[in-house]
Amino acid sequence: MSSKKDSELPVPPKSGFSRRGFIRGVGIGSGALGTGLLETEAAAAAPATLGPGPVPITLNINGKPVNLTVEPSVTLIDAMRNYLDLTGAKRVCDRATCGACTVIMAGKTVYACTVLAIDAQGKNIETIEGLATGSALHPVSKAFYDNDAQQCGYCTPGFVMACKGFIDEHPSPTEEDVKHGLGGNLCRCGTYMGIRKAVLQAAKEMKGAVKNG
Amino acid sequence: MQSFEYANPATVQEAVGLLGARWGQADVLAGGTDLLSLMKEHLHEPKRLVNIKNIKELEGIQKTASGLRIGALVTMDELAKNAEVHAAYQSLAEAAAGIPSPQIRHMGTVGGDLCQRPRCWYYRQGFGLFAMKDGKSLIPEGENKYHAIFGGGPAYFVSASSLGPALVSLGARVKLVSAKGTREVPVAKFFVTPASEAAREIALQPNEILTEIIVPAAAVHTATYEVRQKEALDWPLAAASVALTMNGRTVTSAKVVLGHVAPTPWEATGAEAALKGKTITADTAEAAGKAAVLGATPLSQNAYKVTLAKVAVKRALMEAVKTAKA
Repeated sequence: MSSKKDSELPVPPKSGFSRRGFIRGVGIGSGALGTGLLETEAAAAAPATLGPGPVPITLNINGKPVNLTVEPSVTLIDAMRNYLDLTGAKRVCDRATCGACTVIMAGKTVYACTVLAIDAQGKNIETIEGLATGSALHPVSKAFYDNDAQQCGYCTPGFVMACKGFIDEHPSPTEEDVKHGLGGNLCRCGTYMGIRKAVLQAAKEMKGAVKNG
Repeated sequence: MQSFEYANPATVQEAVGLLGARWGQADVLAGGTDLLSLMKEHLHEPKRLVNIKNIKELEGIQKTASGLRIGALVTMDELAKNAEVHAAYQSLAEAAAGIPSPQIRHMGTVGGDLCQRPRCWYYRQGFGLFAMKDGKSLIPEGENKYHAIFGGGPAYFVSASSLGPALVSLGARVKLVSAKGTREVPVAKFFVTPASEAAREIALQPNEILTEIIVPAAAVHTATYEVRQKEALDWPLAAASVALTMNGRTVTSAKVVLGHVAPTPWEATGAEAALKGKTITADTAEAAGKAAVLGATPLSQNAYKVTLAKVAVKRALMEAVKTAKA
């Protein structure tokens, strides 16, 4: 049905699969290409299009590279939950609104429901699964526990990551900073008061940890 | 969402070569905060996505001889925190910082803010931009509490852009690039009220990419004031951006642009005339607010927005002159 429409889109000057634009674009670097003939051939190729079928990608999650094969239309949250068994981040609104899917990508909090997995390549992705050190809770997780900052817990993994991202950016937040800094996450149980206290506690602890080396 | 092919060009020239001649063939992906939601709702079903996030020439904020150049990929977070923007373009910094979600500020780009589709819930639910049924729009008698109070239809949605009003008030332009060449369009003319259901609410053509925003040097006092229902992620109910040129405490010229009240950022020429030659006080600011909403045509449920727009103008003016020297 759509074949006529497809043919109207400009065809990339060189058809077929070229890894050049792809690899360069995702920041893995040209080292992966090798040298010589392949390099010349790749440099001459037009930017390839990938998909719509599954394509191999590599994500760097919690410090480890993981390989998977997904369509370009698969979001980071679906890649994590459905392909990698990382079910901490939750898929709730799936529309960049509620924050339950929050992860930290390249040092910034983002909604994993609204990042394509293929676009998340070459960036460090931190998820709730990577926070604890062995059985020791991360200061943010511990502060949530200490301050009764969750009720049903469904928003908690996203909120903990949002709070960690916030503290990374604001190491000494005031109460007012905290109030305005967490506007990207919703808790339908209304545990905001506990969460705000938790952020202040965690920020203090994390600062201490840095000072103590 | 429907499957698509994905392209990852490294230059603007490569990118525009991958776009289609008609809407619906290819979409440009930057922050994705609006586009991916549109695709999940099947409101956009592009055959190809052209990811522009790896195009270096679209990054960065530079001070130029004539003002400021803001690359399309600059995030709302970068804009809000940029020292130059803070110092000289307060209204722009405030509009970017006004987005309550850090995640959206981290992901969303300035180009995307200008190109995002309306949030009108009729549009988002698949009724189309005009929400027509049996030759009549459903909106004037329907659920219109967040719709336009200016413009008079048949487009009743409001422009969702956060930066639009501030950029119009500053006299900014956008650069649009296609395979055929480059054109510059004033932001005031970039936003258009579509004449038909099939038309777009921006001047961008399907084969073009918005590459940068050019903001002239601001010899003015500026501010943006947004009225919101809640602190968490949502769009403002009404907003006003003002840019004043002053001689001492006297306004020599004023730009007053309302947001979220019309299908485009809405220049309140009545308020601009009312401010000329005046000193900004609570009284003159209030009078300007009143002048700004003269001629508003609210719908069945949104007369309250007239009051909000009036107050937004007053508060933006009061804030703009906080730093004015006597």
